[in-house]
Amino acid sequence: MRRNMRWNISFILIVSGLSIYYLLPTFQWCNMAQSERDMVSAWNTLSTSAKDRLSELCVLSKEKKKKMLVLSQFTDEARKTSSLWLSMPKAEQKDIEPWCKLPIEDRDVLKKWSTVSTEEREKLTKKAKIANKVIKLGLDLRGGMHLVLEVEMPKLTEKDKEDQGKESKKNVVDQALEIIRNRVDKFGVSEPVIQRQGENRIVVQLPGLKDPQRAFELIGKTALLEFRLVDDARLEAAKDGDVPDGYEILYDNENNQFLVKKEPEVTGEYLTNAYVDSNQNSGGMSRRMVVALQFNKTGARKFARATGGHVGEKLAIVLDGKVRSAPVIRTKIDGGNAIVEGNFSLQEAKDLAIVLRAGALPAPIKIIENRMVGPSLGRDSINKGVVASIMGLILVVLFMAVYYKLSGIIADIGLLGNILMMMGAMIAVSGTLTIPGIAGIILTIGMSVDSNVLIFERIREELRGGKTIKAAIDAGYKKAFWTVVDSHVTTLITAWILFVFGTGPIKGFAVTLSIGIIISLFTAMVITKVIFDLRKEYTTLSI
Amino acid sequence: MMELIKNSKIDFVGKRYIAFVVSGILSLLGIIAIIQIGLGNANLGVDFAGGTLVEIRFDKPVELSEIRGILAAKDMHDVELQEIGEDKRILIRTRRLDIGNLTTKIGDIFKESFGTKNPFKIERTEEVGPKIGAELKGKALWAVFWAIIALMLYITVRFKQPRFGVGAAVATAHDVLAATGIYWVCNREVNLLLITALLTLAGYSLTDTVVVFDRIRENLRLRRKEAYDVIINSSINEVLSRTFVTSLTVLIVLAALLIKGSQVTFDFCWILMLGVVIGTYSSIFVASPILIEWDKLMAKKVIKVLSKK
Repeated sequence: MRRNMRWNISFILIVSGLSIYYLLPTFQWCNMAQSERDMVSAWNTLSTSAKDRLSELCVLSKEKKKKMLVLSQFTDEARKTSSLWLSMPKAEQKDIEPWCKLPIEDRDVLKKWSTVSTEEREKLTKKAKIANKVIKLGLDLRGGMHLVLEVEMPKLTEKDKEDQGKESKKNVVDQALEIIRNRVDKFGVSEPVIQRQGENRIVVQLPGLKDPQRAFELIGKTALLEFRLVDDARLEAAKDGDVPDGYEILYDNENNQFLVKKEPEVTGEYLTNAYVDSNQNSGGMSRRMVVALQFNKTGARKFARATGGHVGEKLAIVLDGKVRSAPVIRTKIDGGNAIVEGNFSLQEAKDLAIVLRAGALPAPIKIIENRMVGPSLGRDSINKGVVASIMGLILVVLFMAVYYKLSGIIADIGLLGNILMMMGAMIAVSGTLTIPGIAGIILTIGMSVDSNVLIFERIREELRGGKTIKAAIDAGYKKAFWTVVDSHVTTLITAWILFVFGTGPIKGFAVTLSIGIIISLFTAMVITKVIFDLRKEYTTLSI
Repeated sequence: MMELIKNSKIDFVGKRYIAFVVSGILSLLGIIAIIQIGLGNANLGVDFAGGTLVEIRFDKPVELSEIRGILAAKDMHDVELQEIGEDKRILIRTRRLDIGNLTTKIGDIFKESFGTKNPFKIERTEEVGPKIGAELKGKALWAVFWAIIALMLYITVRFKQPRFGVGAAVATAHDVLAATGIYWVCNREVNLLLITALLTLAGYSLTDTVVVFDRIRENLRLRRKEAYDVIINSSINEVLSRTFVTSLTVLIVLAALLIKGSQVTFDFCWILMLGVVIGTYSSIFVASPILIEWDKLMAKKVIKVLSKK
């Protein structure tokens, strides 16, 4: 008996210790200032290669940093021909080069980090590690966007369907998923989730997203880029319905009509790179944003052939069936470089470059579900959840103490242990906390003392039956055991069904409730029993 | 010793026919509610019906009528408006769906009318395609169905007699139906959280039933000479205080969540509270009496078989 108890006590201590270990980072995180949290969160969106740049950046002299910032505004081509670049020694060029290749968002984060003192930076780096161990919040609490996309299978061409059986239908979705993943990765949100769901659906979750419109643009676009020859001569006739074979009429954003060849000269599949550039040639002070394209060898050859053979004609740049621009071909273009013009803002140009780099989707997609929650609403929900939990906890603790006196207080200790271990377990299994999940925690507070109610009522009964106190306690625990287990299992069964059936927030509820229920079995049956057993002899029992 | 109920000797079993009538009506209401929800004659949320929901927080209080007028002027008549909590937050719901664009449009309309006078923020959007909603409806129904079947199997296995399993399943189905029926009559929004509440209820309402059944099983072993319905009635009385106290602790925390918690879980809380009360009632008046009716039915069969011989 004694040995058994010692074992129980050490087990309880180990589990409590583990829970505290897992909970500690979350506590530290809650105590950090908002500005620090922002810094750290931004840092965690960086790739490791980008993070490595920081130490280099910090040792650079101010003058060098300034040069670097200037150079990083240029595109690769422009940089290498700039006078500033050419005036620098080779070693310096080598220092700066990797920096220029980083995405703009990453550069901004690094720039911010390089301005803080070394000491401060070390502290922040430590804190960045904490951030990964903090309890995970669902989109409804931290804010963000949840999208369900459907890959539109019927729009595949007939030929595709013949070539490919069901197996490749899966392939199309997988390809689309991969491309969307590439686009989202460049988007600058931390921990995006991109998952397949069912046969032809893709779930995209973007935590902390601030600009939903941009997400639609980035994700929903098919991004099929084509270069097609324009036939101006026959346009008028075509407008009247006489469209020549192999041609079709397309529109641009201002609803101008273009008669273009159906067969594209070059498509986006030959792209090796796409990046933002600013076009100064177009005159005067205003720099227009353009997206510069670079083709691979095959693409360059095709491009050279198309431009070489049609000097003086127009070549339309068509994106997703809409004409972006239709410049006149002045000379044969050999290098495999092209430019997409349009009235872009910097952000739009950047995003277009991202989707072009990631490639076109193999089939159009449709967004069939969108749930977006702003960050302030989430913070509000957390605060309310904490208040409600504390209030519920105090009420239950008081109730048990009043109704069962000292025994009730023992049950309350078990309850507190339950909450501690439950939160620890949530972090340990990296469960996600959601608004319904908070409801699950609160519900657990009410349910976990149920076990003690059943046990205590049984003890009272045994006492009335004339048993000694010690015997009554033992009998109470023993006889109530299976009732307690059965009543918990029924709740677990439905929680499990909820987990299978539910989506994000509901799953969060199922997880917290299940964890809470399982742990309450341990806290109510073992922890409280150990406390009762601490006393060897009982003359009275406060129950 | 503090006790809510002391040595009660209430004749629950004798009142079972009144209870059957009450429960029958509640269950019928539930069935009607489910059919009506299936047909769309209910306050269906965007989860199930598809459509758009936008939550907007203004800096200063706004009148719903004003919002309605502004939207109607822009050809948006088919919207439902609701204030939540304070009068600075409004919910806009519509069956319309144009993912990504409709929310922007609503935002633009308000920007035009309120501008800097009363800045606002779009706090939440839910846009669900009709296909998803329809799928979800079917899935929800099956989830509840399988939950009840699974619970019935578990109780049957644990109590080694099908009568306990059937009693538990009927009581659970009754609780879910009654809660659904009342929710529908109150015309509250039918959404995923309602389904969550119903499934949670299905699992939790069995706590009381298990407690009563356990005692019945124990007494059946100990008091073999007494009549079946007497044993059942005294079993219910013996565990009465604990079924009440266990329900009470859950009601306490749910009340805290109802009052202080997020707006999102408000309906979840009260339907679950109601369900817990119904669950306690049904463990006494539905689950246990079914055991008696089952016993009578079996006795008749035995007599029939015997008389044939």
